Amino acid sequence: MMGKPIATTRSATGIPTGRLAVWWLLASEIVIFGGVLASYIIHRIGHPEFGDYAAHTNQHIGFFNTCVLLISSYFAVRAHHCAETGDGKGAAKWLYYTVGGAVMFLCVKSVEWTIEISHGYTITANAFWSFYYTAAGIHASHVIAGAIVMLWVASYAKKGKELQRVEYVGLYWHFVDLVWIFLFPLLYIAK
Amino acid sequence: MIEKYLVQASTYAADIDNLVSLISWLVGFWGFLVLIVFFGLIINFRRREGQRAAYITGEEKHQKRWITIPHDLVLVCDIIIIVGAINVWYNVKQNLPEADAKVRVIGQQWAWSFQHPGLDGKLDTDDDIRTVDELHVEVGKLYHYKAESRDVLHSFSVPVFRLKQDVIPGRVISGWFEPTQTGTFDIQCAEMCGIGHGLMPARIVIESAAAHKAWMEANTPTSVASAK
Amino acid sequence: MAHPITEQQAPHGHADAHHDDHHHEQSFWSKYVFSVDHKIIGMQYMFTGMFMAIIGGFFAYAFRMQLAFPGMSVPGWGHVSPAEYNSLVTNHGTIMIFWVAMPVLIAAFGNFLIPLMLGCDDMVFPRLNRLSYQIFLLSAIVLLASFVVENGGFGGAWTAYPPLSAKAEYSLTPLGSTLWVIAVALEFVAFLMGGINFITTMMNSRAPGMKMWDIPVVVWMIVLASILFMLSVGPLIAGAIMLLFDQTIGTGFFDPARGGDPVLWQHLFWFFGHPEVYVVLLPAIGIVCEIVPIFARKKLFAYKTVLFTAFATGVLSFFVWAHHQFIAGIDPRMANVFTVTTVMISVPLAEMMFVIVATLYGGQITLSVPMLWALSFIGEFIIGGITGIFLGASGSDIYFHDTYFVLAHFHYTFFPIAIIGVYAGLTHWYPKMFGRMLNETLGKIHFWGTIIPFNMIFIPLFLLGLAGQHRRIWSYVNFPELASPEMQNLRVFATVSLVIMLLFQLVFIFNFFWSLTRGKKAGRNPYNANTLEWVAPSPPGHGNFAEMPTVYRGPYEYSRPDRDEDFWPQNVPAESSSS
Ligand code: HEA
Ligand code: HEA
Ligand code: CUA
Ligand SMILES: [Cu+2]
Repeated sequence: MMGKPIATTRSATGIPTGRLAVWWLLASEIVIFGGVLASYIIHRIGHPEFGDYAAHTNQHIGFFNTCVLLISSYFAVRAHHCAETGDGKGAAKWLYYTVGGAVMFLCVKSVEWTIEISHGYTITANAFWSFYYTAAGIHASHVIAGAIVMLWVASYAKKGKELQRVEYVGLYWHFVDLVWIFLFPLLYIAK
Repeated sequence: MIEKYLVQASTYAADIDNLVSLISWLVGFWGFLVLIVFFGLIINFRRREGQRAAYITGEEKHQKRWITIPHDLVLVCDIIIIVGAINVWYNVKQNLPEADAKVRVIGQQWAWSFQHPGLDGKLDTDDDIRTVDELHVEVGKLYHYKAESRDVLHSFSVPVFRLKQDVIPGRVISGWFEPTQTGTFDIQCAEMCGIGHGLMPARIVIESAAAHKAWMEANTPTSVASAK
Repeated sequence: MAHPITEQQAPHGHADAHHDDHHHEQSFWSKYVFSVDHKIIGMQYMFTGMFMAIIGGFFAYAFRMQLAFPGMSVPGWGHVSPAEYNSLVTNHGTIMIFWVAMPVLIAAFGNFLIPLMLGCDDMVFPRLNRLSYQIFLLSAIVLLASFVVENGGFGGAWTAYPPLSAKAEYSLTPLGSTLWVIAVALEFVAFLMGGINFITTMMNSRAPGMKMWDIPVVVWMIVLASILFMLSVGPLIAGAIMLLFDQTIGTGFFDPARGGDPVLWQHLFWFFGHPEVYVVLLPAIGIVCEIVPIFARKKLFAYKTVLFTAFATGVLSFFVWAHHQFIAGIDPRMANVFTVTTVMISVPLAEMMFVIVATLYGGQITLSVPMLWALSFIGEFIIGGITGIFLGASGSDIYFHDTYFVLAHFHYTFFPIAIIGVYAGLTHWYPKMFGRMLNETLGKIHFWGTIIPFNMIFIPLFLLGLAGQHRRIWSYVNFPELASPEMQNLRVFATVSLVIMLLFQLVFIFNFFWSLTRGKKAGRNPYNANTLEWVAPSPPGHGNFAEMPTVYRGPYEYSRPDRDEDFWPQNVPAESSSS
């Protein structure tokens, strides 16, 4: 019912408004994750015993999930390429693959958590596990949000509409990927 | 400034009061200056029929002087204030002179308890004197305090000493004070600690050496006293 | 506030085809409740903020009555128990900062002014904008709900230091604390969304011809404030999640017994908390910078300097946070660093004050109601600012920390911002918002009836602070040094002044509603001002401008000697210049 306002169609900087908005969104996300990670690192330095707890995490699963996200990021790049050339159908297809990666990631995560919880490593066990579940949990909620948005963008892209959004959601997805690249060594490996 | 309202009962109380006076002079000078200029301009440049305002961009160098020079002068005042502040801070909080005696200060919801060294002058021995909401110290002696909390944050505040220190569960925080004057004064809790935060008053009793000894003798735990 | 399109709109007609296809009747709901129009959303923020201001003011009344007359049954409230006292103080602070200062100064003025002053028809993401308000409204409802749940609202101070805030056994408000955290977190989300809109709108949707340095200061300030907010709030959002988990599922982030650290929260809180004070300060300064040139008929002195100092303040503000924690058990050596940065921040702010004072020089000053508010902002804020220096100096903060001196310091900054700044903006843009002028006489009565009692409330509180009175204390009768009759008289004096001030607010509320229908018609540009919002009809219709403006110059070209008129609107081409 509403057309787009004139404001949305202007571009004084020459950069598409949507891309600017995603950048600023990511800037605010970076400080949120920055806060979590900085808090964690400070605790980690003050508590050498965190290293012993970290030994109970499953590095193989973590590494596998890192790969899943990296591959899904590659799919997002393919989707962007299709969108650039105006191929909405192709973009949608690659976005569905990316969502597939997200779902895979979440499934692996839930198996991993189930195992850990069954060993008694719950979120309340100690500060390390509190950080472990909270940081990864905030990240997982971003994975879920990203997947939902990608499905929504794909539903338009399929019809060849709003193709610029493919790039924006891709940017977001790379960010989610990048956060995991920070989380993985910090939570699983660093002794 | 503060000495008008509250006695100075520790060695560093005067330092802090002097710092406050120093800052008062510097920022007071600027505050008054700006406000006088401000009101002067408002009164002087009220609208008059048929007159026009001046066109001043403020971008030219000779115009900007009106802000760059005060800017530099404020910076100078800032440096004086910083040096004064750090000086006092170092003396009160960073530096820990040799102690004559030690006391333990424990905050909990909603009372202060104090552990005095007792007659043997050592903390954590059998003759320690434990009190609630009453701290006894001897004038002219340099004390170290060890502050702890049993539950939430509290803040050990002795206004006549100009001393304040938060106490934190899981930590022991040390500091010092040296009373210079006898009398009985307020101890307050300066950190929100729940419903009873306003009901956590305690008193500090600063005594002469003789009175302090008498108090210790009268209050030595009975088990220790009878063992002697 | 359904305004028929006024006759001033007629001359240009609807030249822009874009508007015509949308001019079908909208229902009340889609026009005022679920509107995506930036002006309506601005109004929604404004009225929600004013409603919350009344609650926050009422809370101040209730607890100040208790302080002046301990144990008395406060008319309109009843007896104030210690638990209620804490909850009143906590929520007074929370409301005034997060549900009054933020929504009114940033969201209400931001939404209303940014598209108008930039010469465009709306925000770039209107639906995101609507969502931001809806989340904000939800956050307000959650907060209000927290007052009426079992055991009452949260009472652990607006800073919510754990372990008190983290464990129900300490705070004794299990539900109240959780709702409080949720409300604050939701509010942050709402402002992050709004901020993205403000920033991208300013970057991309300026009218043709409007360069960076042609943007009015208030737009810059709101955008800088949004950026500052965005870059500082993240860690606290993370902290809020941790606190929420500590409260509800029993994690131990802030529990020293389980490897957590209570001081961590303080760092997360103040890393945001200090920039936050400039987040609300900058828009208020922006408003003052708009009003003073208009009523002094002067170009703003050194426009770029204002922006640079605002920028410098913003950058410095990230490095001062621990001045709230000098005596909170941080490493004493760290305090020295923060003393340096904190005292240094006086330099850019002093410069900002000097710029505004210098603008008055050579002016033709009319003391209209908005100008009175704008000038009083400067006068009062300077007092608030210089008293901050006493606190920034670590040595004297040992004594002042958590006394009423701190309290008076920040009311001398916050009141000018959240009340004076807001009244300045509201009285100034009222004609644009509602198409009618406010009554000047009532406006002046309200002004003096607010400013004088304001000083009479907080000067006594400075004195009480110097004498060692601590904050958040329900009753001073238990402290012999604080219970003296002289001190009690000061407390009564402050409280009586507050009651007087609150009564004078009725004048404003009356003026506000009376002028909506009875005020003099405003016309497009009642003050002969330059910025673009005065080009649009009053109130602006759908799409704002009858003809989208083009910009030729900066916003403050008043009293140019080469022109007959003493103003030169941004959208008037140079060739139309007379003489
Ligand atoms: C918008 C609100 C606002 C603003 C603008 C400020 C501005 C400043 N504040 Fe304030 N402050 C608060 C709101 C604000 N504050 C709040 C809410 C608290 C308490 C929180 C709580 O505990 O609940 C607080 C507490 C607070 C503390 C902690 C006190 C304590 O708890 O122990 C400190 C300490 O450094 C401080 C310092 C400052 C300084 C240095 C400035 C500076 O920015 C001021 C700079 C301005 C000027 C200096 C004036 C202009 C300059 C001149 C006229 C030139 C002359 C000046 C010199 C020569 C120096 N503030
Ligand atoms: C923006 C911030 C703001 C504002 C405006 C105020 C306004 C007032 N404050 Fe508040 N206050 C705080 C922020 C603010 N306060 C904070 C952060 C705390 C600390 C909390 C804590 O310790 O946790 C605090 C604490 C605090 C205390 C300390 C209690 C204690 O420690 O025990 C006291 C005591 O007197 C007090 C008094 C007042 C008074 C009398 C006003 C008066 O100025 C209020 C007058 C009210 C009005 C003027 C509103 C009227 C509005 C309308 C009629 C509608 C129109 C509205 C608009 C145009 C917006 N405040
Ligand atoms: Cu103990 Cu406040
Ligand atoms: Cu601060």
